Amino acid sequence: MAFLTDRKRADGMGSAKTGTEHFWHMQISSVALLILVPLFIFTFGSILGAPYDEVVAYFARPFPAIICALTLIVGLVHFRNGAQVLIEDYVHGLARKICIIAVICLSYGALATGLFALIRLAL
Amino acid sequence: MVQLTLPKNSTMRTGKAWPKPEGAKNVRKFQIYRWNPDDGKNPQVDTYFVDMDTCGPMVLDALIKIKSEIDPTLTFRRSCREGICGSCAMNIDGINTLACIYGMDEVKGDVKIYPLPHMPVIKDLIPDLTHFYAQHASIMPWLETKTNRPAKEWRQSIEDREKLDGLYECVMCASCSTACPSYWWNGDRYLGPAALLHAYRWIIDSRDEATGERLDELEDPFKLYRCHTIMNCAKTCPKGLNPAKAIAEIKKMMVERVV
Repeated sequence: MAFLTDRKRADGMGSAKTGTEHFWHMQISSVALLILVPLFIFTFGSILGAPYDEVVAYFARPFPAIICALTLIVGLVHFRNGAQVLIEDYVHGLARKICIIAVICLSYGALATGLFALIRLAL
Repeated sequence: MVQLTLPKNSTMRTGKAWPKPEGAKNVRKFQIYRWNPDDGKNPQVDTYFVDMDTCGPMVLDALIKIKSEIDPTLTFRRSCREGICGSCAMNIDGINTLACIYGMDEVKGDVKIYPLPHMPVIKDLIPDLTHFYAQHASIMPWLETKTNRPAKEWRQSIEDREKLDGLYECVMCASCSTACPSYWWNGDRYLGPAALLHAYRWIIDSRDEATGERLDELEDPFKLYRCHTIMNCAKTCPKGLNPAKAIAEIKKMMVERVV
């Protein structure tokens, strides 16, 4: 228990003077995904289950490869930002910082793996 | 981590069932949360029966009748009994609202009354709103000016005054903030819908000259950006206001400053 005034508790450490950039990036990536996800489903779905050679030839074409790369990049950056918000909502204390670091590693790891696989296919 | 279960000393017990009024034909059952900090017992739900033929139409009328005629220990806040003071905010039939303007005809079945959710309880239906009021004070709920005071009043056009409609009517009853899941989980740092609605009321006021400073103070992942437009605030507001819209307008202004 600490003898803090009500106002001291309410003010806390003051404003972090950040947050708008994160919010704005989430809005932009949401709109981008609104366009990218249907295109990705259309391009990726049409080749799903096809023989290996056909898939390699398909992703060597610029349009499916670029759509796939953009979906991976925007989608996983959006996931990283969204998951951070989620963690900030429900996890408190040191666990919050650890979870945020973990989710950043996970998203960038998944992004790098996806791009590597795509490059192997496309080139 | 968010606590999803009640601690042992907060779990609810079935309380006392008070006798039905003798000779009454039109009786309504009330189930009311009771907790007394002095007896060391867990919270309980007491059952009361009210003769509706001798009771007013609002939930507050029934509470006053119970306190006057059945159980004088029942504790709740009330003052204006016309939706202006915001004192009698409580959770009625699962909705945060003002008991004085909530008609019993709006409730189907038994009338279940609890204090505003997720706030420390002082006694029975009285929540501790200390932090809520301090958060309101922190947004500087007054006119801030830098220009020398004019000889007469600070002038405002009719159009600019109309921008305050839907904002100035807030009576600070805390129904919205205590209905907001983000406020439940992060109420220590998130300002909540009520304080943010008031912040926007002063940001949008054409006479106020501290718009930048006000926005600076709100630019924070927790103070402002915990709002995820859940809309419980707008749904529950007993005055029909829309704090979520006010918060969205603040966010728009924040983006306007950056992009």
